[in-house]
Amino acid sequence: MTAVSDRQQLQYIAGQAADARVNVELETEGMTLNLGPQHPATHGTLRIIVKLDGEQVISADTVMGYMHRGYEKLVEVRTYPQVTTLINRIDWLSSFANEVPFILAAEKLMEVEAPPRAQWIRTILFEMARVANIGLFLGEMGLQLGAMTAAFYAFRDREFVLNQIEAVTGGRFHPNFDRIGGLKDDLPKGWIDETKIVMKRMREFCDEMEELLVGNEIFQARMRGIGVIPAEVGLSYGLSGANIRASGVDWDIRRDGGPTPLPYKDLDFTVWTHPDGDSFARYWVRLQETREATRLVDQMLNGLPGGSIMAKVPRIIKVPEGEAYVETENPLGAMGYYIVSKGDLGPFRVKIRSASFSNVSIAPWVLRGVYVPDIITILGSLYFILGDIDR
Amino acid sequence: MVLAIHLAYWQQTIIKSIAVLLCVLLPAGAFVNLFLFKMSSFMQSRLGPMEAGPHGQLQLLAEVGKSLQKEDITPAKADEKLFKLAPYLIVASVLLVYVVVPFGPDAYFTNLDVGIFYALAVSSLSVIGVLIAGWASANKYSLLGGLRAAGQLIAYELPMVLAVVGVVIQAGTLNMQGIVAAQANGEIFGFSGLGNPYILTQFVGFFIFLVAAQAELTQTPFDMPVAESEIVAGYMTEYSGLRFLLFFIAEFASVGAFGALAATLFLGGWYLPGLDMTANYMNVLGPIIVLTKIIVIAGVIFFVRFTYPRFREDQLQKVAWTFLIPLSLANIFLTAILKVVF
Repeated sequence: MTAVSDRQQLQYIAGQAADARVNVELETEGMTLNLGPQHPATHGTLRIIVKLDGEQVISADTVMGYMHRGYEKLVEVRTYPQVTTLINRIDWLSSFANEVPFILAAEKLMEVEAPPRAQWIRTILFEMARVANIGLFLGEMGLQLGAMTAAFYAFRDREFVLNQIEAVTGGRFHPNFDRIGGLKDDLPKGWIDETKIVMKRMREFCDEMEELLVGNEIFQARMRGIGVIPAEVGLSYGLSGANIRASGVDWDIRRDGGPTPLPYKDLDFTVWTHPDGDSFARYWVRLQETREATRLVDQMLNGLPGGSIMAKVPRIIKVPEGEAYVETENPLGAMGYYIVSKGDLGPFRVKIRSASFSNVSIAPWVLRGVYVPDIITILGSLYFILGDIDR
Repeated sequence: MVLAIHLAYWQQTIIKSIAVLLCVLLPAGAFVNLFLFKMSSFMQSRLGPMEAGPHGQLQLLAEVGKSLQKEDITPAKADEKLFKLAPYLIVASVLLVYVVVPFGPDAYFTNLDVGIFYALAVSSLSVIGVLIAGWASANKYSLLGGLRAAGQLIAYELPMVLAVVGVVIQAGTLNMQGIVAAQANGEIFGFSGLGNPYILTQFVGFFIFLVAAQAELTQTPFDMPVAESEIVAGYMTEYSGLRFLLFFIAEFASVGAFGALAATLFLGGWYLPGLDMTANYMNVLGPIIVLTKIIVIAGVIFFVRFTYPRFREDQLQKVAWTFLIPLSLANIFLTAILKVVF
């Protein structure tokens, strides 16, 4: 941990020195660079106002809201079953994972619990969404660093996972499959065996990425020691998911999040952490997590309980008065829904806690004193989805 | 030019003008079609262009046609004259390199006695065009890209020149024809069956030359000046239509130019072992041999391009100054000693 703090201190001193040069001596004129809203590396419409001294960043400000779609307000005029269609679009790369915490919160308010088989299939699809999402990140990170080939491999192999999700839900990208009290349908015939093959393939994909990128010296030189986030700073900014685990904080809602109807307590899995807190650590943790998720899916497919997939719920869903907050460990980090119900057909107020918003809020702190290419590395390794920031 | 038929000076000039254009356009088009469209696609597990013509072979024409139709935009704040001049400067530097590359015993444009010296000098002219493009665009990304390109080209000019010095010591001449002849007539420790293509004895120099060429050509892993995920397209950001096409042609044609230099310096140029050096048919066969060697070298360059991530600017400088330059100096030292001993 001390090594990390030292590095961070050095980076901070470099930032201060850059400040001093511009403010006191007035030798060089700084340049303000608008990274975004339209920029190839922000994959969406994130705008970062960077003040530069040469190629060194003096200060960076993130400007969000170019993609704000007002979901928190929109769900107030929709019924509970209609809400899942909207919230699918928050983190669009792992849509199904967005539905789960909302449905769990609504079930908690209604005091309904889905039958075990539904919970298991939910978790299977949840983890598959994680594989699809983080798997894409593994290749995308290469693209940010100029290795275009890795990104194509990621897109190719992600498609197999999406096909499996489509086979169950009918939606490749936006499943809209989770229901209060269970699921829309059961698994199709032959799906379990196919999925096992796909999960094996995704493990091979992870090995491929490890060979292509992690072992590459240039990749390591670009990632190691870049964008170091010490654990205490990360925690104070509200980082979650792989970003905080890469700083050595052993915290995973799947394991430490308290009682949940999802069957994680019956499963055997490792929570990966890395002591360094740099971009490489974030990549490495995500790589291990993808592997872990494929193993989780395999475990669940083997132990899938039988029975019904829908609990008894009224035809017209009215959620009794009350408030509930449910948080799950989504691919990007902790995602939660705070639902306030007044006993109507739709929620009275919903607050969405999305992971990327907090994850990206550390950018001004971590970008101080780095070089322009490192901005891309750091933002890429923090891994945000624009829809997840702006909602 | 002593061909089977005698040609007047003006006839020779016309042939040479057309030939130098062919030298630039043919390899550039071949690389785009072969490597950028198809090889990269197969490496990235996709098909690439398939619609235009059989297996997408006419895609190149479609792309050129598209670029010609596009509006020629000059940004309002740009320095208009310089902005328009820059792409021509870059293309000109590529054309000038080909002037000294020999394609056969009599098939050359000029036979300068300081051939390789001249080629390395004019090949670095393109940096002026890049700097002008970066500055005149009045775009911050362009400026960053232009400055990066300048820093990079200067840093890699030195190892490249030093790598070539090894060849020059061994051949004992700066003349490109002389270097080809020295390789054809040379011998390695008394064995003269293969001649002495300098890739066998100057393999360190060949490696340094290829790395430096990769950096000069701004191909990945040294493509910071045009890094699309960082600074959009670097100095090319503001260009459109024909002017962008010129940049594009220059990028790929200069791969051909450096490939031609590498082929001449290290792979024996237009000569293959077993052929008659002075025969007339070498004037026809020679260009084909050179082109084949160029494509092989370009294949290596593009294979690396589609495999590696890119360096950061400071890491690139570090590689140049702390690794390549000492290595090339050691290579020169060793070559000089061996030259004196044997």
